[in-house]
Amino acid sequence: MKKLVTDTSWCKGCGICAAFCPREVLKIIEDKVFVEKEENCIRCGQCELRCPDYAIWLEEDKNE
Amino acid sequence: MPAKLIEREMRTENLPHIWCPGCSHGSTMRALCQAIENAGLERKNTIIVSGIGCSSRAVGYLNFDTIHTTHGRALAFATGIKLAKPQLNVIVLTGDGDISAIGGNHLIHACRRNIGITCIVLNNNIYGMTGGQYSPTTPSGDYATTAPYGNIDRDFDIPLLAKSAGATFTARVTAYGINEAIKVMERAIRHKGFSVVDVASICPSYYGRKNKKGDVVKMLQWQRDNSVPVKAAEKMSKEELQGKIITGIFNDEQYPEYTDEYEKIIERAGGR
Ligand SMILES: Cc1ncc(C[n+]2csc(CCOP(=O)(O)OP(=O)(O)O)c2C)c(N)n1
Ligand code: SF4
Ligand code: SF4
Ligand code: SF4
Ligand SMILES: [Mg+2]
Repeated sequence: MKKLVTDTSWCKGCGICAAFCPREVLKIIEDKVFVEKEENCIRCGQCELRCPDYAIWLEEDKNE
Repeated sequence: MPAKLIEREMRTENLPHIWCPGCSHGSTMRALCQAIENAGLERKNTIIVSGIGCSSRAVGYLNFDTIHTTHGRALAFATGIKLAKPQLNVIVLTGDGDISAIGGNHLIHACRRNIGITCIVLNNNIYGMTGGQYSPTTPSGDYATTAPYGNIDRDFDIPLLAKSAGATFTARVTAYGINEAIKVMERAIRHKGFSVVDVASICPSYYGRKNKKGDVVKMLQWQRDNSVPVKAAEKMSKEELQGKIITGIFNDEQYPEYTDEYEKIIERAGGR
């Protein structure tokens, strides 16, 4: 299964990823994205497509 | 390490980019990279040309041969490049001000010639870079730094303008509808002839603030709730379509491409 990855150093806290995530996985805390409920993530990739700053994405899990 | 797509297609040493939080230029640039990969373009045969504006700054981040030209003149440079090297895939990335105000004349003539260039317009209905002056796509009645009492000009519909002037592929997508944007941009890139994709974009810092559109999430939700696919729009009245964004492909036609025709002239003149 793919892994959800964030790079908060690139995140500008716009809130788009959290607002359009169909499963309410994400939250913005102090202007940065935070993965609150990873277990609910369906790996749809909406956050990656919409993030204007490439600060959240799905990647192949190398440990599998 | 960023996502693989970003690593492959962008100059990551220049990231994060300078655009404001939530500015749709970032997600549109990513979508264009995906469309370029989906269309199978090779880096060595591809060049991306821009003018001046926040949108035009994208070329500084794209890991291709790129050229950041002068305001409004991206298509003029691109036309020269395409004529000199017709085998190249030439993509123009521009803003509404760049392409339809100062560069409007270049746009109509590129359309008329049907030259093989793909023109992606990051249309946020404002001059973002210079502080929110109205552009030719600012809707009538809307506010801008230079229209504090409301804009009395009528706005251009860029795909309609391009189609009327002879562009053989015209379309509109939205920053909200990013999946469709990738698909439509891919088709525009594959199209032989002049193609124009108008990307309904959001500038929260100027257009959004001047027009009290709320935060970036509200602006994208507004796009989601007010987009009408072209097929559905055909059945709606002018009144019903007021303030809506009509999305989809408006035309996709075949017509002789300019550099092919020019090649024939060279042959006829005995130059080959
Ligand atoms: C010849 C010339 N005239 C004016 C300007 C100032 N100028 C810079 S960007 C810009 C407008 C950009 O608007 P747009 O193309 O819509 O891009 P955005 O910033 O909205 O993405 C203007 C008028 C300039 N750089 N050069
Ligand atoms: S991949 Fe989908 S479900 Fe998972 S966080 Fe992103 S938007 Fe939410
Ligand atoms: S969309 Fe991107 S920049 Fe905006 S809050 Fe989410 S991760 Fe951060
Ligand atoms: S001023 Fe507008 S167009 Fe320019 S970066 Fe900011 S939000 Fe984007
Ligand atoms: Mg603009």
